Parts: sequence; structure tokens; C-alpha cells
Amino acid sequence: MEEKATTAEPKEKKTHDKQEVVIEIKHLKKSFGNKDVLKDINLVVHRGENVVVLGKSGQGKSVTIQCIVGMLTPDDGTLKVFGEEVPGLKEKELKELRIKIGFLFQSGALYDSMTVRENLEFPLTRVLKIKDQAEIDKRVEEVLEGVGLADAIDKMPSDLSGGMRKRAGLARTLIIKPEIMLYDEPTTGLDPITSREISELILNMQKKYKTTSIIITHDMECARITADRVVVMNDGEYIEEGSFDGLQKSKNKIVQSFFKDIS
Amino acid sequence: MAEEITIPGWKKWLEDIGEQVSFFIRFFKNIFAGGFEWSEFVRQCYEIGYRSMTLVGITSFIMGVVLILQLRPTLVSFGAASMLPKTLSVSFIREIGPVIIAIICAGKIASSIGAELGSMKVTEQLDAMDVSGANPLQYLVVTRILATTVMVPILSVIGDAIGLFGGFLALNLRDHINISLYATKVISSLDYTDFLPAFIKTIFFGLAIGFVGCYKGFHSSKGTESVGLAANSAVVTASLWIFVIDAIAVQITSILFYK
Repeated sequence: MEEKATTAEPKEKKTHDKQEVVIEIKHLKKSFGNKDVLKDINLVVHRGENVVVLGKSGQGKSVTIQCIVGMLTPDDGTLKVFGEEVPGLKEKELKELRIKIGFLFQSGALYDSMTVRENLEFPLTRVLKIKDQAEIDKRVEEVLEGVGLADAIDKMPSDLSGGMRKRAGLARTLIIKPEIMLYDEPTTGLDPITSREISELILNMQKKYKTTSIIITHDMECARITADRVVVMNDGEYIEEGSFDGLQKSKNKIVQSFFKDIS
Repeated sequence: MAEEITIPGWKKWLEDIGEQVSFFIRFFKNIFAGGFEWSEFVRQCYEIGYRSMTLVGITSFIMGVVLILQLRPTLVSFGAASMLPKTLSVSFIREIGPVIIAIICAGKIASSIGAELGSMKVTEQLDAMDVSGANPLQYLVVTRILATTVMVPILSVIGDAIGLFGGFLALNLRDHINISLYATKVISSLDYTDFLPAFIKTIFFGLAIGFVGCYKGFHSSKGTESVGLAANSAVVTASLWIFVIDAIAVQITSILFYK
């Protein structure tokens, strides 16, 4: 396949290379029925890095991060997070790992029977088992302030706009201070201005909480703002990777198709 | 391209049975896993019990009235009009009350739990809870199943009382009987072999209603249509389970008490 595995520029020698590897994926495969969604995924993510995975809808971008967090079990390959093989983890070990990983769903996935405050208190009381109400209130207010939703603290999710739901979802994920953040299409369904605000928020939160992130998107503006490194996915494989600017010069037609509207 | 694999119907059925057993075991383990969600349990008791009270009350009242109106002509023709309180109380307490109330609860509660959890699955709320490291089974399933197990018997007792009161009012449409005589006749015609087995089976009715609602909601597929299917399937399956449990309970009761 001529489109495969050519890099737009030599992989950047950033400081990340010498840092700790937090996610390591080798030859990952996953099928649903007779459809091979992930054919051969290889990816290394270093601590503090923001990796954006670009790809068309239905290419299996979300499946990769669902495997990372143990929602799906890969059929073959190696998937290590903090050096631990995720598919081999026992229930208790997986739960401990999940506390270190934040997952922002496309819809925000707020618990719709609870207010924003209760949504944020939920992981604090159920996952971190914090009992001190003053500590809970402090953390809730601090993280809501950070995402600009302090005024919506007692609102129900049904009273929030799409952008506010994403912010609240992000706040709920960040409140347990995860080391890794996985974003599943964080700007889908939002207007361009709100999309930009969310993208900038992701970047600011990454700096503030010093997280390592994988951002699944097909929003080029989001990729431009947030990415340290961009990986392009097509037909179940990562076909090219590099910096956002570097990939703009790629000769690969599939990669070009992502960048043609912004160049 | 790999060939499409078709799984035979019986195999799917067996898989479903296996999943239900596994879900029940996980539910049971989570009861004793620590960190019981008391506030959510109390909220569910209120939602399931208190909010079903009006429906159960009206239905039971009408059942009591209708039974007396239906029974009266037959018993009068045998000159046994005085047997009306006894006939009503025994039939209502032993069988009609618990089963009708459980069916009403299956329609209201199992469908509501199935739809709620199904909708949480569709909107990724269950996944969000799971990947955050929280335990959705403990928060959502244990509380709901235990709440139905506690509240359906209580609703059944209240429904029985309202049904018998409806019977008293219906009796007074044609005949004249004061409340204390009616109450005396009802109480004297019942003993623990009428009340106890009926009460015990309502505990199992409640368990079945909560379990089926939660199972169907948790195992709905990801699409808006699946929410409706989960609710519908929960009602049908829970109703079927109620009749199966009733049939088993009658057999056990007959062997133990009515030799």
C-alpha cells in the first residue's frame, strides 16, 4: 500500500523521547465480527505529551482509547500503560489503573439525574473515598472555576448547552487529577467558537494538571491548538505521524486530505 | 474476508441465561462488597415505593370492588352472602392481591428501571461511571434491586388493605354491614398460612422485578431504539417471572400447609 508508513518529516527529537513512556502500543488488533477495526496499531506516548489522533469517522480511533482504558479487550498485540499490560489486569488492578486515567466522552456523559455539583462529587466520594465535605467543596469549586463553570454548579445537565456539558464533563474527569487524559472527539457537535474555547481549555488544563493526553478528533483546529504530535489513522492503521506543521507538507494523499481545507 | 459466523438461537439463549446468572452473582457479591449506597437506596425506595402508591392503591381498590360485585350474585344464589368477606379476603390476600400488585409494579417499576439504565447506557453514562473507577453495579443495580425487594412486599400489604376496604364499600352498596363486623369476619377467616406465604412470594416478586429491570437496562444495545426495547422486554420478562414464581410458590405452599 503506497500510502502507508511514510513520515512527513523526521520524527521530532523532543525532550519527550528521554522521558518516561506512559503508553506503549505494539501491533494492536481488534475486530468486531468480521470487521477488522484495528489492524496494526503502534504508538508510544511519553509523559506530558499531547498526541492527537486524526482520522475519518468509523476508522477505529475511539476503539484504540477504549482498549487503553480497558473498556474493550484487544484481540492481539501489546498494550502497556505505566508498564502494565492492560488486557491482563485483574478487576481490582484495572480499577486502580482507571483512577490514573481520565476519559472525556464525546457527549460529556454527565449523570443526568444529578446536578453539576453532584456529578463532580461522585468520583471524589466513590472513587477517592473523600469524606471531608469541606475538602470536596473546595475541589469542586476549584475545578469548576478552572473550566469557567462556577455559575452552573447547581444546574442540571439538561439546563446546560453543548459546550457547557463538555466543560462539566472535563471538570468531572479532571477532579480526580488523572495522569493520563483520553479525549474522544472533544469538539464534535460544537460551533467553531466553542470548539476553539474547548481546545484551548484542553491545552490549559494539560499545562495546569500536567497530564499526558491522547485526543481523538477530526477537527483540524483542535489538532492545531492541542497537538505536540499528530498521528493520522486510516483503515485500522496509523499511516503517518509528526508535528502539525510537518504533516501539512506530507506527500501522502490521505494526510493531505485532512490539511487541504486549512492550507 | 472472514465468513460471517451465525450463532444458533439456542446458543444465544444459553448465553443469555449464563449472562443473567453471572449478573446475579455480581449483584449478590456487590451487596457485601462494602460502601453500601444508603442515600441512593433510600431515594430508590421513595421513587419505587412512594411514587407507586397511588397506582397500586387505585388498582387494589377497584379490584376489591369488582371482586365483591362479581362474587355476590353467585354466593347469594347459594344463600351464602355472609361468606362474601371471607371469600374476598382469602382470595385477595393469598393470590389476587400479590399477583395483580406485582404485575402493576412490573409495568411501572421494571419498565422505568430498564428505560433509565438503558438510556444511561446509550448516553455513555454507565461507561463513564465504569472508566472513572466507580462501581456502577453498586450504585445503580444493588440499590434498585434491594429497593424493589423491600418495597414490593410493602406495596402489596398496603394494596391488600385498600382492596379489602374497597370490598367493604362494594358490599355496602346492596347489603348493610358495619366496618367492625366486616373486619372481624375478614380477620377471623385468615390465618398465617394465608398471609405468610403470600408475603414471602412478594419478596421474590420484588427481587425479580428489580433484577429484570436492571439486567435489561444494563444489557441494552447502544441506540435510542434499544431504550424502548429494554423497557418493553423488562415488563414482559418480569411479568413472566411473576407467574413462574407464583406457580412455584403455590406448589410449595400446598405441600407445606394445605395437605
